[in-house]
Amino acid sequence: MTRIVVVTSGKGGVGKTTSSASFSSGLAMRGYKTAVIDFDVGLRNLDLIMGCERRVVYDFVNVIQGEATLNQALIKDKNLENLFILPASQTRDKDALSQEGVEKVINDLKEMGFDYIICDSPAGIETGALLAAYFADDALVVTNPEVSSVRDSDRILGILASKSRRAVMGETPVKEFLLLTRYNPKRVENGEMLSLQDIEDILRIKLIGVIPESESVLQASNQGLPAIHIKESDVSEAYQDVVARYLGEEKPLRFTSYQKPSLLKRWLGGK
Amino acid sequence: MSFLSFLLGEKKNSANVAKERLRIILAHERLNGDNGTSDYLPQLQKELMEVISKYVKINPEDIKVNLERQGQLEVLEVKIEMQQKA
Repeated sequence: MTRIVVVTSGKGGVGKTTSSASFSSGLAMRGYKTAVIDFDVGLRNLDLIMGCERRVVYDFVNVIQGEATLNQALIKDKNLENLFILPASQTRDKDALSQEGVEKVINDLKEMGFDYIICDSPAGIETGALLAAYFADDALVVTNPEVSSVRDSDRILGILASKSRRAVMGETPVKEFLLLTRYNPKRVENGEMLSLQDIEDILRIKLIGVIPESESVLQASNQGLPAIHIKESDVSEAYQDVVARYLGEEKPLRFTSYQKPSLLKRWLGGK
Repeated sequence: MSFLSFLLGEKKNSANVAKERLRIILAHERLNGDNGTSDYLPQLQKELMEVISKYVKINPEDIKVNLERQGQLEVLEVKIEMQQKA
C-alpha cells in the first residue's frame, strides 16, 4: 500500500522543503521506494535542496498536461537508489495544477510500486497547497516556535480536517503530526521562545519530532544535500528520529533541553 | 536571583505572553471555523429586522446583534431599541 504524506505549514520559510527532502531521504535510506513531489509551481526549490536542479528537464506540470511521461520527469536522487524527485514547474502559473491531473500522477506512482509519496506543499492556502494536502493519508505540520507559524499551522489543521479527500469522502481523517523546527532550547529555557509543551498544548496533535535550530541546515542547502545526510549533526539525528517514529518506533526526544556548557568549555571558547 | 531581578524590574517572560495570545486568538478562530460562522450575523440582523417590522416600526440601526465569547460560553446578544411613541 502506498502512503501519501503531505509536508505542510501554512506559513512560508518554516522548513517544509528542508523537511520534505530529509524525510523522504530518511524513508529511502530505510529501503522504501519513495517519491517526493514539489507542489510549489512557479517557485520550485526542492530541486535545489536535493541538489538536482541541473537535471530538471521535464516537470510535474509537463506530466499533467501530457507533454512528458512520468518516467521522463522523475529524477533519480544522486545519493539514494530508491528516491525519486518530481520537480515543480518554474514557468507556469500556479493554476496549472488540477485535481484530476494530480490524482492521475499519484495513481501512476502507486502503480509503479512506490511505498511513500511525499508532497512538499507551498506556503499559503491556495490551489497548490490545497492540492498537496488533498490526497494525503498523513500530514507533517511543520511549525516554528513562533506565534505566526503556530497560528498558520492551526489554520492548516482546519483545512486538513475539512477539505482533504479523506474529510470530503468521510473516511478516517488524515493523521496529523507536529514537526517542530528551528527549536532553540536555550531560548526556551530563558522564556524567550514557546516551548514544545506550549505548542503541543495549543495545537493538540501528536508531536513527531523536534529539529533544533542549527547551522548545518544552511550548510546542507548550500551544497544541495538534504540535511539528514550531514553526518553526526543534531539535525540529521533529529530527522532520523522523525522517520523512525513515523515508522512506529519508540524514540525519546533529543536536542530539546539546554545543557549549560561547563566552565572549562566556556574558557576554551565553546558556546 | 529573584530578589535581584525584582530590584532590577524583571523582564516579562515573552514566551508566556505568546502562549496566552495564541490561546485566545485560536479559540476565536477555531470557533469561526473555515467559513466563519459569525458570517451569519448580518443576515440574521436583516431577517430579524423583517420579522420585527411586521409588528413594530423600527429602523435598521435599532437592531444590534453581537456575538461574544465569555470563557467557554458563547453569547449571542440581540438588542432592539423601540422607538418612543410620540
